[in-house]
Amino acid sequence: MYYDNFVLPFTIGINILLIYLVVKYARWIRTFSKSDKRLIWKGMFSVKTFKAIKEVFLECLVHHKIYRTNPFLGYMHMCFGLGWFLLIIMGKIESTVYHTTAFNPPYFAIFFRFFHPANETFPYSNVFAFLMDLILLFILSGLLLAFTKRIYSKALGLKKTTNHRPFDLLILTVLWLIFPLRFLAESFTSGIRGGGSFLTHTAGDFFSRFLPLDTLSYPAWWAYSSVLGLFFILLPFSRYMHIPTEIVYIFLKNWGVKQGKEFNAFSNIQLYSCSRCGICIDRCQLNTSLGMQDTQPVYFLKKIRHHRDYSVQTENCLMCGRCEAACPVDLKLNALRLSKRQDRTRITKDTYSYIQPGPNGESKVAYFAGCMGHLTPSVIRSMQYLFKQAHVDYTFIDEQKGICCGRPLLLSGNRSAATVIMEKNKAAIEASGATLLVTSCPICYKTFKEDYQLNIPVMHHSEYIHMLIKNRHLSPRQAEYTTVFHNPCELGRGANVYTAPESVLKAVSHKIAIRYDSKNSLCCGGSLANIHITAPQRTTIATDTVNAYAAYNPDYIVTACPLCKKTFTKKSSAIPIKDIAEIVAENC
Amino acid sequence: MNFWGYSISEARVIDYDKNDKSLATCLAQNAPSSKLCIGCGGCTATCTAGNLTEFNIRKLQMLVKRGENNEIRQQLHKCMLCGKCTLVCPRGVDTRKMILTLIDYLHRQSL
Amino acid sequence: MNVIIIGAGPAGCEAAFRLANEGIQVDLIEKENSTGGNLNNWYQLFPDRKSAKDLNTILSNHLQHPHIRLHLNTEATDITREENGKTSVQLSDGALLTGDALLLATGFKLFEAQRKEEYGYGIYENVITSVNLENKFINHQITMRSGALPQRIGFIHCVGSRDEKICNYHCSKLCCITAVKQAIETRELLPEAEIICFYMDMRMFGPGYEEMYRKAQEKYNIKFIRGRLSEASENQNKQIIIKAEDTLIGKPLRMTLDLLVLMVGMEASEGSQKAASQLHLTQAPSGFIQPADPHYGNNRTNQEGVFIAGCCSAPMNLTDTLADARSAANTISEWLNRNTQH
Repeated sequence: MYYDNFVLPFTIGINILLIYLVVKYARWIRTFSKSDKRLIWKGMFSVKTFKAIKEVFLECLVHHKIYRTNPFLGYMHMCFGLGWFLLIIMGKIESTVYHTTAFNPPYFAIFFRFFHPANETFPYSNVFAFLMDLILLFILSGLLLAFTKRIYSKALGLKKTTNHRPFDLLILTVLWLIFPLRFLAESFTSGIRGGGSFLTHTAGDFFSRFLPLDTLSYPAWWAYSSVLGLFFILLPFSRYMHIPTEIVYIFLKNWGVKQGKEFNAFSNIQLYSCSRCGICIDRCQLNTSLGMQDTQPVYFLKKIRHHRDYSVQTENCLMCGRCEAACPVDLKLNALRLSKRQDRTRITKDTYSYIQPGPNGESKVAYFAGCMGHLTPSVIRSMQYLFKQAHVDYTFIDEQKGICCGRPLLLSGNRSAATVIMEKNKAAIEASGATLLVTSCPICYKTFKEDYQLNIPVMHHSEYIHMLIKNRHLSPRQAEYTTVFHNPCELGRGANVYTAPESVLKAVSHKIAIRYDSKNSLCCGGSLANIHITAPQRTTIATDTVNAYAAYNPDYIVTACPLCKKTFTKKSSAIPIKDIAEIVAENC
Repeated sequence: MNFWGYSISEARVIDYDKNDKSLATCLAQNAPSSKLCIGCGGCTATCTAGNLTEFNIRKLQMLVKRGENNEIRQQLHKCMLCGKCTLVCPRGVDTRKMILTLIDYLHRQSL
Repeated sequence: MNVIIIGAGPAGCEAAFRLANEGIQVDLIEKENSTGGNLNNWYQLFPDRKSAKDLNTILSNHLQHPHIRLHLNTEATDITREENGKTSVQLSDGALLTGDALLLATGFKLFEAQRKEEYGYGIYENVITSVNLENKFINHQITMRSGALPQRIGFIHCVGSRDEKICNYHCSKLCCITAVKQAIETRELLPEAEIICFYMDMRMFGPGYEEMYRKAQEKYNIKFIRGRLSEASENQNKQIIIKAEDTLIGKPLRMTLDLLVLMVGMEASEGSQKAASQLHLTQAPSGFIQPADPHYGNNRTNQEGVFIAGCCSAPMNLTDTLADARSAANTISEWLNRNTQH
């Protein structure tokens, strides 16, 4: 029987943790809606599970998303995630090979070097010892990086690292102690009895020269077991809850569970899945342009989790989705933020009764400029010209009376009022007889597509122009000038429209490839979703954004959203700012 | 009441001394940019609700500032929060924030 | 003793003449091929309706002075302050001037009306600026693009001024009175037309201005509506449909106009911006050069030996610009006398 009292702290710790996790997750999942539960049952026995396993491997262990954002940070997380995982797996295999039965207690593999007499060899024991040392070295190198990051965050290319609570710093210390202690315990044992490989054996020899290893090795094992046990007990109350919760989240997400309009148990699972890596902080323009460092998702979610006042954080977000696009855990950060905004409108039978459907159009294509579109008449002009050039029969449905699409209300949390407007608009659009709806405003576009469930297709004008060019209804020439493209938040990250505007711009101009292309596009600062920052602060964001694009020295900065255009043109800019429709119209 | 053939109806004056200015204070605190309004009417000119109904955002916030809070109860819910007014305001008033503050006030009152 | 003046608009010309009369050598630098600056775009002046051209002639005749050297078609490319307190100015023609003092009379730049896209300048053919209208006065003819006589004309005040949306917080001061003057001149050319001014505030700050406003209402039947234009659109007949609120009534107002005139405001000129950055001059948030003191140092800057006159420091009418130029000449000659005595 391989047993020693020092394994107790570890064993107690891991058991308490496992019981806690099972109870916590079960209680959350129990409150899921019927449809979500059905999704889970259906998804569990489908190929989605394999996809989830792959994602768990890539995200939780390899951390490939963090790696892509910041290689140093990715390597650091990989050292801990993949390293620890490999240490456990390899340890388990090693102990199984040695013991020839899989049914040994969990602690046996963890403390294998203690129980295993060094002189006793077994198949490949040297190889195992070498691998285990290699993995330990891998983890320790990550630890060194983590330590450096805490002290000099800038050295790792992070402008700002997450600020933690004292409790988080305590458990961080505990975590950081685990692997050095394992290293010491194994080295000391090796120094006395031999065994180990290039790392622990060499260290053991070295330590034995000047340290009384006989008295130190046993306490070292106690210490190692104790910090492990302590870590497991503290884990549920710390940010490291993300380690187990992220796995649960990835499975639920792959099975089709979605963040709804309410803040619910699934939101809580996301909340606990946040690793507080801090990648969102540098992505957020409220930080980079305005120096606001308390409103990024990492802090917003932290405040909710620790029951602090988060009312300002709820409102102070551009919902540009830059954080979401970079979040290594793939949390639905916009939907989470929105779920905390309150519906305060009172709906009566005559709410928005003044909205009356307009006269029916005769045409197949309905063009909707949107509220903001009326403030950028050159965009409307260009679209009208392009319709004419392509011989398209269209009706300008909001030429006289423009009704809001409802998304601005939605973004402020007032869902019930938004629903009333949407229903009225939907009825009007469907009664118009059009077979295609084209809009110039990405805000309208996103909501038409996602929330209206129209029986006709909806296209943003950039997609529509793309189609006209592809079908040879328009044959623009390629102009000599250079352009950069600012993909509006609601169009790109918001509605996943990337290729259409980019290929249109490539066709009509010399588009410069920039680091802000596609998912990395910036926010203009004009966002209707933010109800906290002031007008001058918006101008600051807009100026910074224009300057970032201007650094590429294009002849034009091109966008595809009236609101972006209005926001960008607040400050006079040396480089003209145009809509994609204007650029195409110029070359037709 | 009837005194010698004259009836006394409610006065048309803004009774600034008696009026409840707590909402005005709340507006100034929560939407401080509303203090910048010079009443140019650009917001109302561009407003869809303002063109189709009695809703007049310039007037409503002006009334609130004088403690005349009754009219917002009838009018405020007509706003669609589309933000065009914010986009034309020459003073940079965050009109959406202003309206959300008023909506919040009505919401708290109805609770 | 010599002084370099940059900019031969009214302020530069007047200051040059006054300094020359004091026996000071003046180098007057002008980037255009004639003097007069923005005054060349004007037809008549307010409030007395004097011809702008006549004034321009007087100002340029004064420059025929033995002490004045005029450099036309020349730009100041680089301005530096020397160790000894002098200022050297590199000219685009290759010459290098050194002066005991430098006077900036770099004036203003008109707001580019295209930046207010919702007003449709450059998009709708019957939207013009106040400067375009002055040109029409010079030709004594106001027509729509089609050649037809406009029946209803709207003047929009504060275009490019007092507007957070284009980051111009300042008031250009003159547009109100210019609109009144132009409305009257328009009335004289078009006795039948309806003429309406849309204003936020009427700022009649100068002598005779308020009286001119009264006369515009009484004698010339100009209408005034207090409300700011939110946006304009164009109908089939190329007329302009504007949206504003009639704020004194409290109702939104829609109106069809044949001609829309945008009263464009004043911004710091490129020359002022360039000089300010080369000489590290303090600028007001509006971009204009900040005087050392608004009352007693209105022609001095934060740099000793660098002086300002006219619209490079703030929007000014012609009366004030000329007075400011004389005051600058006086300040400079005093400063030079004091400095040479040491």
